[in-house]
Amino acid sequence: MAALVVAEHDNAALKPATLNAVAAAKEIAGEDVDILVAGKDCRAVAEAAAVVAGARRVLLADDGAYDHGLAENVAPLLVRLAEGYSHLLAPATTSGKNLMPRVAALLDVMQISDISAVVSPDTFVRPIYAGNALQTVQSKDPIKVITVRGTAFPPGEATGGSAAIEAIAPTGSVGLSEFVRAELSKSERPELTSARIIISGGRGMQSGDNFHLLEKVADRLGAAVGASRAAVDAGFVPNDYQVGQTGKIVAPELYIAVGISGAIQHLAGMKDSKVIVAINKDEEAPIFQIADYGLVGDLFRILPELEAELERRQ
Amino acid sequence: MKALVAVKRVIDYNVKIRVKADKTGVETANVKMSMNPFDEIAVEEALRLREAGIIEEVIAVSLGVAQCQETIRTALAMGADRGVLVETNAELQPLAVAKLLKAVILQENPEIVIIGKQAIDDDCNQTGQMLSALLGWPQATFASKLKISDGHAEVTREVDGGLETVAIKLPAVITTDLRLNEPRYASLPNIMRAKKKPITTTTPEALGVDVTPRLVVLKVEEPPKRQGGHKVGSVAELVDKLKTEARVI
Ligand SMILES: Cc1cc2nc3c(=O)[nH]c(=O)nc-3n(C[C@H](O)[C@H](O)[C@H](O)COP(=O)(O)OP(=O)(O)OC[C@H]3O[C@@H](n4cnc5c(N)ncnc54)[C@H](O)[C@@H]3O)c2cc1C
Ligand SMILES: Nc1ncnc2c1ncn2[C@@H]1O[C@H](COP(=O)(O)O)[C@@H](O)[C@H]1O
Repeated sequence: MAALVVAEHDNAALKPATLNAVAAAKEIAGEDVDILVAGKDCRAVAEAAAVVAGARRVLLADDGAYDHGLAENVAPLLVRLAEGYSHLLAPATTSGKNLMPRVAALLDVMQISDISAVVSPDTFVRPIYAGNALQTVQSKDPIKVITVRGTAFPPGEATGGSAAIEAIAPTGSVGLSEFVRAELSKSERPELTSARIIISGGRGMQSGDNFHLLEKVADRLGAAVGASRAAVDAGFVPNDYQVGQTGKIVAPELYIAVGISGAIQHLAGMKDSKVIVAINKDEEAPIFQIADYGLVGDLFRILPELEAELERRQ
Repeated sequence: MKALVAVKRVIDYNVKIRVKADKTGVETANVKMSMNPFDEIAVEEALRLREAGIIEEVIAVSLGVAQCQETIRTALAMGADRGVLVETNAELQPLAVAKLLKAVILQENPEIVIIGKQAIDDDCNQTGQMLSALLGWPQATFASKLKISDGHAEVTREVDGGLETVAIKLPAVITTDLRLNEPRYASLPNIMRAKKKPITTTTPEALGVDVTPRLVVLKVEEPPKRQGGHKVGSVAELVDKLKTEARVI
């Protein structure tokens, strides 16, 4: 048994989600975990992957065809490498979700999406129905193609390993698709999926401008800022803020939901947080049922007060 | 040009699902069923392409039990031109769905296939990517904007870091994200009209596809319940509890 983990990166840095996927891979394949870095001018990423604790080997496929991780080009590479592995894993990020089913279909196997536990090398637990049920599935396929729910696998150590980096031949471009441009959100704050504290706003925030009330509290706490679908749909904040069933899955130490009612689709993305705080003016809001600490009241009064109190007690 | 959309019959997103006592699955008897919300967005997008004169015909396909007819009728009431039902009582997993869709596509020859990014029951997020792989077509997943011009599509995608735009050759598979459009409601006259639109029925056997599940569901359980519901009376109390009781700040 051996597992290959597809590294998440931007050609410059290895993204933390990779470490969660490596943790899942280790549960399956023990010492025999390799990491694939496919990109362009991404040697630095391979070097970061090589020191990940428990990595056996790093495969580096450096080629223009892999620059933006286009699934059409990367999938054939994984198909070629699949021969040497029993398991192919990627983090359940938008890039992992985009790539892995394409690989699975080319290998004629079912993907096991978004696993939250490893029962045995062929049996896994995965959430269905927005996490309102947990399904245990056994794969009958010769090779397991898996995406990993990061919040379910504590990340392994980013350093301490000493894997060899092996450059591998690229498969080239299949010429079906091209990258045009990216409009990425820039923020000094921590990334949502790896933040220790998150404060999220919903429709109750009323406007994008009002998010600065949240941001001030976030700055006091070193928190990331998230949102409900309603806040994104209304244009208050960009799409990458969305937490939920069809957005980002997060499980920080502390999640503060402000002006969010607590629809199941939102809960799906945050209910595994260690501590949940809800601030809402409607005491019947469903979010209070899962909150460890609920505060009923007007967020426009509470947020400035919270900021001041945090400052006072710092 | 033709567009083909896939529409899945799922438990309505508003229903609070119940896990069966024998752990074999989720209770579906007497539960409201609807079209998967992402597929409504797919139908809407195809209709807009037709209204813009870019395509001529919208075909809605559903796979599963006989009642999937109703889901197709909903698509027809929204404005799709005709339907295809691949009828089976077998459990269908995304790989099998992708193979069946491929077989239908090889008969219908659409240039654009639009499907949901994710079914809200199995939460798999696989079918579109698998389908494009099987067809050897490009894929543009999680679309929030779609522009079609001479044999190409420019698609803006919702990704973890923000937005990414790709250019793909047609034919292609596109999967929808929430912000692509706001689906229309079917008007009463259109619901009546939809009753007369044609639906052809076929089966996995007729399409020559083996749909044997590759994943065996061993059990389905309820997730652990969270103990919540505590209230605090003031901001000061909240900060105090977070510092001394929960110790998270
Ligand atoms: C297919 C599908 C996928 C979805 N995916 C997601 C997802 O990934 N993530 C997600 O979040 N949602 C998702 N949704 C949407 C979800 O069903 C809800 O519509 C959404 O979460 C509601 O957002 P909200 O709580 O901000 O808004 P609302 O439900 O409108 O709640 C607003 C809350 O703000 C409170 N409020 C208003 N003013 C104030 C004030 N001044 N002070 C204090 N409180 C105030 C109100 O009491 C209310 O509880 C999805 C839906 C579908 C159909
Ligand atoms: N049985 C089905 N009938 C019609 N469409 C389906 C079916 N299963 C999956 N799909 C399509 O594939 C998309 C993604 O589903 P999934 O990969 O299961 O999350 C859905 O939004 C549908 O558009």
